[in-house]
This record gives sequence, C-alpha cells and structure tokens, in this order.
Amino acid sequence: MAFENLTDKLTKVFKNLRSKGRLTEDDVKVALKEVKLALLEADVNYKVVKTFIKSVEERAVGTEVLEGLNPGQAVIKIVNEELTNVLGSETVELKFEPGQAITVIMLCGLQGAGKTTTAAKLAGKFIQKGKKPLLVALDVYRPAAIKQLQVNGEKQGVDVFSMGDNVKPVEIAKASIEYAKNNKHNVVIFDTAGRLHIDEELMNELVEIKKNVDVHKTLLVVDAMIGQDSVNVASDFNQRIGIDGLILSKMDGDTRGGAALSIKSVTGVPILYVGMGEKLSDLEQFYPDRMANRILGMGDVLTLIDKVMAETEEIDKDKEKDMMARLKKGKFDFNDYLESMNQMKKMGGLSSMLGLMPNLGISKDDLEGAIDEKQIKQMEAIVLSMTKKERANPKLLNPQRKHRIAKGAGVDISVVNRFIKQFEQTQKMMKQMPGLMGGKKRHGFGGGFRMPF
Amino acid sequence: MEKEKTGFFAKLKNGLNKTRINLLDGLDSVFHGFSEIDDDFYEELEEVLVMADIGVMTTGEIIEEIKTLVKVEHIKKPEDCREYLIDLLAKRLTVDSEGYSFENEKSIIFVIGVNGVGKTTTIGKLAYNFKKDNKKVLIAAADTFRAAATEQLEVWAERVGVTMIGSKEGTDPASVIYDALQSAKAKDMDILLCDTAGRLHNKKNLMEELKKMNRIIDKEFPGIHRENFLVLDASTGQNALNQAKEFKEACDITGIILTKMDGTAKGGIAIAIWQELKIPVKFIGVGEGIEDLQKFDSKSFVKAIFEES
Repeated sequence: MAFENLTDKLTKVFKNLRSKGRLTEDDVKVALKEVKLALLEADVNYKVVKTFIKSVEERAVGTEVLEGLNPGQAVIKIVNEELTNVLGSETVELKFEPGQAITVIMLCGLQGAGKTTTAAKLAGKFIQKGKKPLLVALDVYRPAAIKQLQVNGEKQGVDVFSMGDNVKPVEIAKASIEYAKNNKHNVVIFDTAGRLHIDEELMNELVEIKKNVDVHKTLLVVDAMIGQDSVNVASDFNQRIGIDGLILSKMDGDTRGGAALSIKSVTGVPILYVGMGEKLSDLEQFYPDRMANRILGMGDVLTLIDKVMAETEEIDKDKEKDMMARLKKGKFDFNDYLESMNQMKKMGGLSSMLGLMPNLGISKDDLEGAIDEKQIKQMEAIVLSMTKKERANPKLLNPQRKHRIAKGAGVDISVVNRFIKQFEQTQKMMKQMPGLMGGKKRHGFGGGFRMPF
Repeated sequence: MEKEKTGFFAKLKNGLNKTRINLLDGLDSVFHGFSEIDDDFYEELEEVLVMADIGVMTTGEIIEEIKTLVKVEHIKKPEDCREYLIDLLAKRLTVDSEGYSFENEKSIIFVIGVNGVGKTTTIGKLAYNFKKDNKKVLIAAADTFRAAATEQLEVWAERVGVTMIGSKEGTDPASVIYDALQSAKAKDMDILLCDTAGRLHNKKNLMEELKKMNRIIDKEFPGIHRENFLVLDASTGQNALNQAKEFKEACDITGIILTKMDGTAKGGIAIAIWQELKIPVKFIGVGEGIEDLQKFDSKSFVKAIFEES
C-alpha cells in the first residue's frame, strides 16, 4: 500500500529486533530509511528531507531506548521531537500594533491558494478579538474576485473597501488606509491577486504596495496540498517581498501537508493558522506537534500513547486490586467485563490500543481482520441488556432470561448463547491459571489494561 | 484590469521554457555530471524525479526500469540514459486522437476538482476553444457554493460570447445542471460545459453531490459523449493521487487538465497518476489568458522537459 502508516512500516521492520540499551547506527539507519520515504510521500521537499534526516541521525545514534519502546518507536520519538522543533515549538499568535493603531496585514500567494476565503475568515477571527477589521479588495485581475470578497465580508459582517478593477492596487491600498482611519478600523486586511512567484510584474506590484503603505504583517497563504515546488514559491515570495507568517489552507483534506516543514525550513517564518474547512469560521490556530504527527502519517498515535499513559495512572488502585483478587478466584462477572470495556473505550478502542502495544509486532492491518469492533459492541449490548443481578451472578441466566436479553440487545439468541459460553470458558481459564494474573510487575502500556475475554 | 498581453506563442513558449529549464537544470547535471552509471548517479536521478513530484513509488519504478534497460541494452554512459528515460516517460503519457473525439461530436463536459485548481478559468478557456471551432456552446454554472463563482463564470461567458445557465448562491447545483440540460436539448447545443464547485475529495456528502449531478446527466442525455475532466493544479504534491482516486470513484474521469504549468512546478504527479490509474492528461493550462490552454501532447511535453533548447 502506498500510504501505509509509518508506525506499521517500522513495526514490520523491527519485528525481529529486540535490541535493548542504546540505539545502534544500524537501528537508526534502517528506521530513518522508512522515515525518509514517509516524509517524501508527505511532500516534504527532497533537499529538506536530506538535511533533516542527517540531523536526526546524528542525534539518534547512541540514544538510550526507553523501557517499553522498541528501537523503531524510539527513533520515531526523536523524529517527532525534531519535527516539532523545526515546525516551531509553540503556537505563535499574530501580534497587533499597540493601542488603537492600525495593523495592516497583506495576504499573498499563488492563484487558488485560498487568499480571499482566508481574508474573510481572518476578519471574522479579529472581530472575536474585539477588533474592527476592514477588508480591502486588491485583486483587480480575476473576474468577480472583488464580488467574492464583498459577499464573504457581508457574511462576516465586515466592511469591504474596493475601488473597482480599474484602479491600480497600490492606489487602492493607499486609499484604504485613509478610509480605515476615518472609519476607526484598527485592522486592515489586503486581499491581493494570486500570482506566480516568477511573475516579475506582479511581484513588483506587491513590492510597490509595501513601499507605499506601512504593511505590518505580510502573510503567505499556501495550499497544504502543494508538492516539491513549495520551497521555490516560499523562498521567492520571502526574498522578493519578505513574509512574516504562513497560513496553510485546505488542511481539512487528507494531505499530509509536508509543505509546512519545507516552507518553515527555508523561510523560518512561523505558521500562524490552518484553514480547516469552507465555512468562514474554519480557521484554526496552528499546533506544531499535531502537524508533526500528520506529516509522519502517524495520525494520533503519539497522542494515544500519552493518553494510555495518563489513563494507566488514573486507574483507581484499590479498584484494581479488588478486581485482581476476584479474577484470581475466578469470580470475574459481567460487571467486571463492562468495566474493562469502558476502560478500553476511554483509551481509543481496541485496535488502536493493540496497535500501540510495544513489542507485539502486529500491524494495524493484521488487527483489522482479527478483531471486529462491531462484535465487541454487540457483546456490550448484550451485557447492558442484563439486569444488575444477572450481571453480578451469571448463573442466573436461564433460557427465558437469555431470550429477553437477546431481544434487548437486538441480536439472535444464538449470539447470546455463544457469548455466555465464551464468558464461562474465560472464567474457568482464569481459575486454572492464577499465576497468569497479577504477581509479576507490569510496566509500560500493559499496566492496568486487561483483555475483556 | 487586463494585464498587458504578450503574444500567444511567446507566452506558450515562455510557459514551457520555465518548466523545461527547471527540470533540465537537474537532469543535465545528472546526465552530464557523472562519468559512469553507478549508485550515485541513480541517487541523483531519484532526487530529480522526486523533486518533479513524480513521487517516491513511481520514481522507484522508473529507476528499476532504467536499471533493467541499462543491463539489457548494455548502456554505459549516463547521457545515453537520457533518451531512454524520455522514451519511457513519453510512451506512458501519450493520448491517441480518440482521446479528443469529443471535439467532433455532441458532448457534455463535466469539470471537477478540489478548490482553487482553476476549474472556472479552464471552463472559460475551453469554451473559447470550442467557440473558435464554431460549436454551439452552453455553460452550466453549477458552482452555487463559492461566493461570486457564478459572476466569475459570467465574465468568461461574456468574453467568449456564449450563453450561461446559472442560479443564485446556495441553489442545489443539480438543479442548475438539470436546467442546463433542458436548455441544451431545446437549443440543440454541440457542447455543454459544466462547472462545479471545488470540493475536497474526502468530503463524502460533496462527492455524493457530484454523483447525483453525474446521474442526472446520464439520465437526461443517455448515450451522448461524456467527458469528465479532473482539473489538477500542477504544483500539487502526492495528494493529487488521492484526489484522482476519489474523484474517479465518484464519476469516471476521462482526462486530466493540468493547470498552472507556467509556474516552476513540474506537474510530475501526472506521471504517477498515469502509472497507477491510467488516466491521461488531455490539456495543460499555461496562463490566465483566454488562449492559455493547450492540448497535451506527451511527446513535446516530455521533450520540453528534458531536451536542451
């Protein structure tokens, strides 16, 4: 599969490796080969990838592998940290000019990047912050671009300044500042026409605007789906006009968005916002760590690792002891079953949980066939259809009760029978193997996590 | 405000030049910067191909093919690889004349793609081309979502001098398509061009909306020649492959229009898409002017990429 999850790949690579202690050069090399592919598939620029991999390699060799992680995961951890580092360690807020002074923001970018939509979204955001923004229509080339801004402005309840499409953008920009002063606007947003970074004439136009008007922030709007060319675009815009920040649009698609890393690497400017939808409210703050995960194609795996750890600590120790004792005696009832179900749900479902277990060497693909989450829901429905007494004392379940439960759970009686039989077998098994549960010190993600059957 | 016009051919050549010079830079140093075919050469070649957005997978496949060729044909020098590479890629992208049969019969052209790739502009250019061939052209403005999309298309329709059927923002786009179909029938149009709203391919309901429009066309005009064009921004990275897959799922794509080829992006993703989905590129966009749409000719395209001027 082309877009296999990086974690899956690394799991496969390290299936037979159980090296402990420090990461060897070979460990790192093998893992980073996969990371390189993942980054390239995510559209990070080739040259950026090369440099990045090199710096990770230097850092990773010799690093200690934490208890509970395999070498692949250890490398991922470092890669992820480095990625977050490059992307910006924290969320950056757009700074306004002090007091009632006007902040002038100019949006620029290629055609179709989403400048006009973003301009209106920004204006909406600023209103929420108590500002009085003014949108200025500087795209005098694309048919109906002005109209588009006007319509969007109206939806947001923001004033739109335009002078039609027969006046030079520089002149419109100058006039708009006067207008803003007279009408007590304190943020002015220039929506400029889309242009190619190699279009001399149009790039000059932006330079002219900056010469004639005090532009405080020049923001580059980039389509998150852009490929290798992102470096050319960003560095040209930065060199010619100078940019202060980046907005990534169309992040609600399924692109991995490697351009974020490329652009950050070549320009160093912070990523301020991401466009997450077509609604005018869909402009979100940028979170470097989330982006790092996305680029690596690990979805929320790292977040899940954190979650598991947090949950593990949270579990009530007494309750756990109590349950363990009951388990040893084989007194595992349906209440315990429900309890462990709930615990698992809190941690994000069974397949994602198992995918996270270290050293299991199973990939998500394997899991999907083996465990049917639907079936688990069915079992839950069956338990929930039981009375409290029945849950505590499975022996009560006679055919009549079973029929009632089947109806309640919306399943066939045979399903209920099978489930109860399975449950009884599990009970027996637990009685026979007291050594299996408890005793040994559990560590890592395994702690507090029990299989429900 | 109209930008000053440069001549059509000059512009076209310019657009291609930009594309060419960029790839050439890299490729030339590959083919001429190495004295023998070794791992370093292949690594450099990988870099150039990946940088053209061809993608790691497809690049890997291409390099494997070249390696085999090198063995079978006993190629010794890197520069001799060049011709083989051009052949390899050109062969892959060739569109036969049948791919353009819609130009000679009554056809409905349905234009789809993600946001901001240039669908509306492309429709304007297509309309101009058909009008030049004395076809009776009707445009359906079925982007009823984006603010002022209909107005934008209206400007194009006026420029070209063709009729457009549109509606208010927020109208069901399927109803616009339906109206346009009725009008095309009544007026016996040669070509119906349907513009649609940009939509990300992972939005299920929007893809369903496309299917619905597609069904209506099939139902109202059974048997008519259909073209479903996916418009792709040439600067798009690997996500374009997902786009092509998902849109193909919603309605059978008959061709790709690669826009913004006048920039520095190389549009290499088209090669990856061909490799995996066998969808041909039929047109390329090389500017914002009404004449800036060219038929995609694989040979001159690949040549323009690799050949020295």
